Amino acid sequence: MLARIGASSQEALVESVPAGLRARAELKLSPALDERALLRHFGTFAAENGTVVSGPSFLGAGAYHHFIPAAVDALAARGEFMTAYTPYQAEISQGTLQMIFEFQTLLCQLTGLEVANASLYDGASAVAEAALMAARVTRRTRICVSAGLHPHWREVLRTYTEGVGIELQTLPLDASGRTDTSGLPADAAAVIVQSPNFLGAIEPLGAAAEAAHAAGALAIAATAEALSLGLLRSPGELGYDIACGDAQSFGLPLSFGGPYAGFLAAREKFVRQLPGRLIGESVDSSGQRAFVMTLTTREQHIRREKATSNICTNQGLCALRVTIWLALLGRAGVRRLAEINVALAAYARRACARAGLALPFAAPSFNEFVIAVPRLAAKLERLTAQGIQAGLPLARFAPGADPDHLLVCTTEMNSRAEIDALVRGLAS
Amino acid sequence: MSTAGRSGLVFHEPLLFESSRAGRAGVRVDDPDVPLVDCARELGSELVRDDIPGFPELAELDVVRHFTRLSQWNYGIDSGFFPLGSCTMKYNPKVNEAVARLPGLAAVHPASDEGRLQGVLALAAELEAALAEISGLDRVTLQPAAGAQGEFVGVAMITAYHRARGDRQRTRVLIPDTAHGTNPASAALNGLEVVEVKSGPDGIVHPDALAALADERTAALMLTNPNTLGLFESHVEKLAEVIHGAGGLVYLDGANMNALLGIAKPGHMGVDVMHFNLHKTFSTPHGGGGPGSGPVAVRNSLAPYLPTPVIRLEGGRYRLDHEFPHSIGRVHAWYGNAGIWLRALAYIRTLGAAGLAEVSARAILNANYLLESLRDAYDVPHQRRVMHECVLTDRRQHEHGVTTADIAKRLMDYGYHPPTIYFPLVVAGALMIEPTECESQETLDGFIEAMRAIAREAEQEPSRVTGAPERPIVRRLDEVRAARKPRLRWSRDPA
Repeated sequence: MLARIGASSQEALVESVPAGLRARAELKLSPALDERALLRHFGTFAAENGTVVSGPSFLGAGAYHHFIPAAVDALAARGEFMTAYTPYQAEISQGTLQMIFEFQTLLCQLTGLEVANASLYDGASAVAEAALMAARVTRRTRICVSAGLHPHWREVLRTYTEGVGIELQTLPLDASGRTDTSGLPADAAAVIVQSPNFLGAIEPLGAAAEAAHAAGALAIAATAEALSLGLLRSPGELGYDIACGDAQSFGLPLSFGGPYAGFLAAREKFVRQLPGRLIGESVDSSGQRAFVMTLTTREQHIRREKATSNICTNQGLCALRVTIWLALLGRAGVRRLAEINVALAAYARRACARAGLALPFAAPSFNEFVIAVPRLAAKLERLTAQGIQAGLPLARFAPGADPDHLLVCTTEMNSRAEIDALVRGLAS
Repeated sequence: MSTAGRSGLVFHEPLLFESSRAGRAGVRVDDPDVPLVDCARELGSELVRDDIPGFPELAELDVVRHFTRLSQWNYGIDSGFFPLGSCTMKYNPKVNEAVARLPGLAAVHPASDEGRLQGVLALAAELEAALAEISGLDRVTLQPAAGAQGEFVGVAMITAYHRARGDRQRTRVLIPDTAHGTNPASAALNGLEVVEVKSGPDGIVHPDALAALADERTAALMLTNPNTLGLFESHVEKLAEVIHGAGGLVYLDGANMNALLGIAKPGHMGVDVMHFNLHKTFSTPHGGGGPGSGPVAVRNSLAPYLPTPVIRLEGGRYRLDHEFPHSIGRVHAWYGNAGIWLRALAYIRTLGAAGLAEVSARAILNANYLLESLRDAYDVPHQRRVMHECVLTDRRQHEHGVTTADIAKRLMDYGYHPPTIYFPLVVAGALMIEPTECESQETLDGFIEAMRAIAREAEQEPSRVTGAPERPIVRRLDEVRAARKPRLRWSRDPA
């Protein structure tokens, strides 16, 4: 090959790199491992982790342990999906393109809105992109954020909005755990309310949307537990302009926090301000239906610094898993699974009350709620020793929260016996 | 040599919603062992929605066939040669998938207490150390979920650095005309202004051109090296001196790191901050457009501004540190796309230092072999040796009415994914080709033969090229119609 190139040596190919740089470029890394040794290396570290399958877990807090049918892994592992690129070349990317069109449709159906993009990095960046979008639409710079938004999402929102001069204002929670929108300023660009919120409370979403519109602001609904969309009244139905959140619950493993699938849906009139990739239906030159990336003039590769966002990927493989998962569960299954989650949380709440544990927030909950546990730290230690991951002490994520408040999540992966053991451990 | 053939059978397949039949389900969901409740009564009927009309109802076999058939309409690296410039479409080793699926990693809840996270944090720290070594820089965060988010983080850290020094007038980012489109968008997202730097006639940036633009308003230079023409920015050390002399910082877009492993370290070039694209250089799957992973590496001087949290090792235990006041803040809900960065670590551990150096050497050999083998059939805009990718143009074919887009579509008929086209913008009708290190000489020869055949067709039978593709399941798309009357979701009654 060097002869064809007309080079005397491999070294001659990189003469454009200054010799001084090349002389110091040697890498010092751990020795290479063959496949057996590699799996042993990772297996050793993997064994040191405590997981949601190594014992009962009641952790939610923005990442949810749900059932994943075997067909999801089998289909998503196909190399034609896994090793394809962004579908710029539509003729040989129809599989990805049709799948994303189906994903967009499913998210529209779940959120009750008219357009949804092809997915974003995660729920946190979806909220941030929704806020930036609202600021563009309204040409205002104040975003009002419920104190019930996931604390990490709130932090990401701040990181994204700080550089462009957007101010965040917090809307407090009332005694029941729901957002108080009464102090909404007249110059707000948007109101962001998460439901179920970080305390697990289902928000009376309609009220926040009305208050937002009265102030000339957009109403943004955020959802961390996407399964709730299968049962609860949709943001679109309740008058929201934008719905965003994370679809991790639909077939994505917990995987230490990623990759997940942020989603963003909106009313049709805002489509040209919607960031992220969009797939549209068209025809090919022989007139048959085909799908293609569309409205790309919003995107960075064409608009450069005037783009709606700098994002140039979606979470394709995650969107695929979500689409397969939703197709398998289907119309009845998604709702049934949501109802089972409500039933387990209702059972757990009653068991807590019977055991004398207080539930500090009265708002209804989907599958997550707060328990006041006297001497929480000591009890968590004891439960950990029994192999039970009892939930999230709220103060870990929300400084200033009551140190005895524990956020607990029950999903279809938890049994009655596990819940009984948890309640016993917290009450005794 | 492989040529485009035919599949056993390729099927037409309707949308999920169109095959839906009332009462079908792909998964059985049995009752739980606690009593079911009436949700309308439990939560309040005003909170509960009606059934979702049009939501799919399909049996498991329907779903399996649906997605199997859709997959057959795709072209992936597993299907064939994918010479997409600046995208580094290298083979994604299967063992990396097995690693990411280990239950001890895939079932880790990100909100677990640190006692339950010691294994995964140790692996994260191992990857951070490896990327620091590869970059020649000091500290790494794995939090950015993609290269573009890495760019956002890098530029935000630069802004925070200047602000902390009272240098608030530094609002300009200098970006060469050969940069990726995301660079300007990332600067704008941080509220900064973009100033374009013209590359010289030889395709690279010259220090005097940069010096004319660098001043006390300069926040940073955002450089891609090798640049999008596949050329190493030979003056990079001098460029960094110019920027540092003006008080600015140097950002490296690491999209083209596949050319630099064991050949040059960004830290030695004067780079202060860079992002990696793990889905390019480090073999994690592109997945039809993500998820990616875009770790950022910095010098110690920028470490105070890293996104929260950072991983620290203290007394033999790893912890996630949230407490540092100058941080730009969090950019991901958790600690990045762990399932992806774990795959990248598996790749690095498989190859080791010698294996990684072999990657870049081989990638450069392959790119130069393609360039020299196609030079007599296609126009070559720059006459320097290339690194890991090369750029050709359609100038000669244009005389016969054949454009870069036509050549790209015709390559599909020969069984290849097209190169990146019409990029970089500084070259008219660019065809940007990156073969990667993974391909054998036989594969490259097959591609060369196809490219030469298309060049002959362009002269002798141009309609064959302009009418391409013939073989894929659909012909050329009507993109204008899609944008003019956007139809972005299925509905029962088409508008």
